[in-house]
Amino acid sequence: MININAVNARNWARLGPRGTFGITLLSLAPEIENLLALSADLCNTSGLDRFRAAYPDRFFNAGIAEQNMLGMAAGLAKEGSRVFCTTFATFAAMRACEMVRLHMGYMGLDIKLVGLGAGFSMGMFGNTHYAVEDMAIMRAVPGLRVLSPADCASVAKATEAAARCDGPVYLRLTGVAGNPVVYSEEFDFEIGRAISVRQGRDIAIIATGSMVYESIVAARLLDARGIAASVIDMHTIKPLDTAAIDSVMNTKLMVTVEEHSVIGGLGGAVAEYKSRVRHAPEQLFLGVDDRFSKAGSYKYMLQRHGLTGAKIADSIVRRMDNARSSNSERTPWVDRAAA
Amino acid sequence: MKQRTPDEIRAMADRMRRNAMELAFQAGANGAHLGPALSIIDLCATLYGAVMRVDPKNPAWPDRDRFLLSKGHGSLGYYTALAEAGILTREQLFSFEADGGDLPGQPAMNPSLGIEVSSGSLGLGLSFGVGCALAGRRAGRDSNVYVLMGDGETNEGSVWEAALAAAHYRLGCLVAIVDCNGMQSDGRTSVVMSAGQMPLWRGFGWSTVAVDGHDIRAIYAALRDAGRRPEGTPLAVIARTVKGKGVSFMENNAEWHHNVLTRSRYEAALAELIAASMSR
Repeated sequence: MININAVNARNWARLGPRGTFGITLLSLAPEIENLLALSADLCNTSGLDRFRAAYPDRFFNAGIAEQNMLGMAAGLAKEGSRVFCTTFATFAAMRACEMVRLHMGYMGLDIKLVGLGAGFSMGMFGNTHYAVEDMAIMRAVPGLRVLSPADCASVAKATEAAARCDGPVYLRLTGVAGNPVVYSEEFDFEIGRAISVRQGRDIAIIATGSMVYESIVAARLLDARGIAASVIDMHTIKPLDTAAIDSVMNTKLMVTVEEHSVIGGLGGAVAEYKSRVRHAPEQLFLGVDDRFSKAGSYKYMLQRHGLTGAKIADSIVRRMDNARSSNSERTPWVDRAAA
Repeated sequence: MKQRTPDEIRAMADRMRRNAMELAFQAGANGAHLGPALSIIDLCATLYGAVMRVDPKNPAWPDRDRFLLSKGHGSLGYYTALAEAGILTREQLFSFEADGGDLPGQPAMNPSLGIEVSSGSLGLGLSFGVGCALAGRRAGRDSNVYVLMGDGETNEGSVWEAALAAAHYRLGCLVAIVDCNGMQSDGRTSVVMSAGQMPLWRGFGWSTVAVDGHDIRAIYAALRDAGRRPEGTPLAVIARTVKGKGVSFMENNAEWHHNVLTRSRYEAALAELIAASMSR
């Protein structure tokens, strides 16, 4: 059982999501005997060097061959192992996409695919190494659970949850070493159950991965501007916690924030659900626009795409101002329809 | 399972061809992949008739040999072998291509029916076999893993990723069988995408053996001593075959890669197959 306290939360944050994943898996290995780890030449990068040293017979390198890694994992999983596979999120979701669909989805084999360096965290590696479409892809595959933990403590929790459950999981790791801390004390992490990290009755911010922390920052800034925002950590994109969305259905605005394309990820998932609800608030999609931009450092990319706390707060205020002014200038469409 | 004699395997393959025709005829307008099934029937018959260790009463027996049909479109050659091995009942076999059934045009993983992997998308079986072989070694089993691929299938790059891994991990229990019928969907492999199988596999660090894929004794000789080694060089069996083997109008005819078998064609094919088996 992984326990969270201020000390390990700080240590993990320093290590970053990959290192946290690696040491968590190492700590679970004695107990979960059928647990294996594979990597596509990113053993050290995924923090698995100690795992490999401690359990040389439980680690296999597939080489720079992500498709082969998924195939090997499938054969091993079919024979009864629980197999973690690591590579960069872009290669996990895109190079090996069909193997994900067939081995993890269609055959439902017990593979936990860890997408390292999702979003913009690969910084100056540039667009080939960014993954801002992976959630959209993974979410479309039947049977997959898609996890996107907020900080390093929740990476540890999500890794444990994945290691303890049957069946396929995609674990998306956003952020970098020195990740900000969201959780510094013990909390419950249950797949498919979102966490309310902040209360506020005006608007609701639903965030995932690295954007949970930025959304908390945004909510604090909004307080000063007289807007009370709740923040929900939607660490599971699939299955989506619709009850958590219901709980904020009466707010004026629902904001989704993700280090991912605005197409098909958290925002898309929330919108799909809201479309079935009669009186749902409007939704502001914050994420990565549907175009490739020039590359830059991680911080630069977050700034450029409006994904820092300050920029998130600005976008929300702008949207609310627009809504107010358009309401005063013209009758909202709902009333027109009734007339 | 009882090991059959070459004559018994020959007779088994004859029945498999006739069953394949019946099944394709029954599939009606859905059509079926006959050509690519007929090219692997003698290979499958030898594997299930004499080479492989399987228990028809317990298809999921841990110590069984694993057979992975990577060229999923050869399913009629596979399902008919599973029936001959006593793993599928005749009734199950004749549920081929039934709507919502267990035996679709390309196999769907089903351990209770002895179907190890879902296939159809080419180039995926060998990596899966590498995983199975590693698992067998970890478990201390001496099971073999046989992966049957098409020659066209080896156009897929993922095959060669897996080939590297198999040699690297010294998977002596892994046997790749390449059904070299020389044809793929768009025509002759030599025209579409030529690939010299022997030098390729050797270059990837595999042992190789060439065999006539319709000669039961030769297939048996090539496979008899293959595998059963936890460590060693994996073996590629390069089987020269004829697409559509056994039915004159299907042989080397790309039209019969996937086609609808009409009554007149069905009767003509069956008459030919019966005549051939009678003359033996």
